[in-house]
Amino acid sequence: MTDFDPVRWKPAAFLPEADARDGSLIFVVATLCFLACLTALTVLATDRAARGWSDQLTGQATVIVRAKGAETPDSAAARAAEALSGLPGVGEVRALEKEKAEALIAPWLGDTADLDDLPVPRLVAVDLDPKAPATPQSLDKALKAQGLDAVVDDHSIWLKDIQRAAGFARWVGVAVFALIAAAAGAVVAFATRAGLTARHEVVEVLHLAGAENDFIARLFQMRFARMAALAGLFGAGGAAIMGAILRLMGGGQGLTPVLPIAWTDLLAVLPCPVAVGLVAAVAARLTAQSLIAKMT
Amino acid sequence: MPRQPHDEGALDADGAILAFDDVSMRYGRAPETLKDLNFSLAPGSFHFLTGASGAGKSSLLKLIYLAAKPSKGLMHLFGQDVSAVPVKEQPMLRRRIGVVFQEFRLLDHMSAFDNVALPLRIAGRKPDSYRQDVAELLAWVGLRSRMHAMPATLAGGEKQRLAIARAVVNRPDILLADEPTGNVDHEMGLRILRLFVELNRLGTTVLIATHDQDLVARSGKPVLHLEDGRLTALGPVGGGL
Repeated sequence: MTDFDPVRWKPAAFLPEADARDGSLIFVVATLCFLACLTALTVLATDRAARGWSDQLTGQATVIVRAKGAETPDSAAARAAEALSGLPGVGEVRALEKEKAEALIAPWLGDTADLDDLPVPRLVAVDLDPKAPATPQSLDKALKAQGLDAVVDDHSIWLKDIQRAAGFARWVGVAVFALIAAAAGAVVAFATRAGLTARHEVVEVLHLAGAENDFIARLFQMRFARMAALAGLFGAGGAAIMGAILRLMGGGQGLTPVLPIAWTDLLAVLPCPVAVGLVAAVAARLTAQSLIAKMT
Repeated sequence: MPRQPHDEGALDADGAILAFDDVSMRYGRAPETLKDLNFSLAPGSFHFLTGASGAGKSSLLKLIYLAAKPSKGLMHLFGQDVSAVPVKEQPMLRRRIGVVFQEFRLLDHMSAFDNVALPLRIAGRKPDSYRQDVAELLAWVGLRSRMHAMPATLAGGEKQRLAIARAVVNRPDILLADEPTGNVDHEMGLRILRLFVELNRLGTTVLIATHDQDLVARSGKPVLHLEDGRLTALGPVGGGL
């Protein structure tokens, strides 16, 4: 005899709770979600870096000052800084020390060159008002008014190239993300189909027992959506942890100035479990419907 | 009452639980598996379906349990033209048909009790309304002490009796069995046959596809014989069970 008591019986789940095949499906989906989320974080960081480069270049100008007559370079640079300070559209103005100017030309002349005999120009760094920056012409006019031999470089020569490179990096990142996200979606759909096809005997039994097509499709839809969402959670969580580590290792600028990750960027991984769950749900529903259609 | 092909006047499906009218069936573009079948089954009748392998026995059962469609002809089930039944309503028809397979088709992740309760759950019944019925049915098929067992732990005969319990728990109007004794020994085959006979006495129409001529002979029930997809011989054989 048995100690089984029908009164205490609780109905079992219609579908097996766990399956050996589920582990590999979760692993594959989690890995793809991890890669997609990591790419999304990289795209955000690249975009921030690109904007940073552009902002830096557009917000600054450099004035190259050459001393005339008996005036010393230091004095000429100081006068140039004074002439530009207070101009509309100009923020902070700094005359760079002799050492800094020499350091800039050292790569071409070498560390051992005796620069004292050379008329090395001095540099004045000008921070411009980001909202209403002063024009190169207004800076030039102010310098000329003081009789200074100076050239204003507003970085416009570089800016175009930098902006083009930044835009390219941004779009490459978005394209790579789109590709990985699409591949993740396709693999999720494929793995879901494979998983469900492997359980076709359950579909058959439910079908023959008089289950409605929608009922069967809904069972598999919920099952695979939950499984994919769980995998998405693992993948997104892994990517978020990786992003947090990069942020912590590199401080405010992230691991490197090239990839400045912000804490808010980590929020970008949040939609991943939901999105991957939806893809799996749709794939499972379509596959279940197609399996049922083949049975009738 | 089984009818001869093209038996004029006997095509009237009135009173028949199942009626085939010039029904043929093929898989895809393959040649016809079943050809011009004409017969009907009266409610409460018991028939064997015999024929060599490939004669079309399983295909005929598939048509009846709505897992395939006729490529030609009309099939009436419970007085309804099956081709006119909307897909959404087909599950309701299936719930009136119990099917037993040679390979059992039990759900391995469910206990014996759960397997039998499955059709009732699918029909939307509340557990309290069928707990005792399921327990009694399992006792009736001789599995009182195996209610909690998982199918993998059951012997072949136990699996088949469990499959029969699942097939009849909904009190179907028709019970179909495809080689139900194919995976059990002779003694168990007879025991299973007795279950079918008892169910038939309770009013269930029974149609059993089998190779087992000894079983057919012992039962004394009428036979539908298929040969190359055609119904070629009808009528009772042998004594009685």
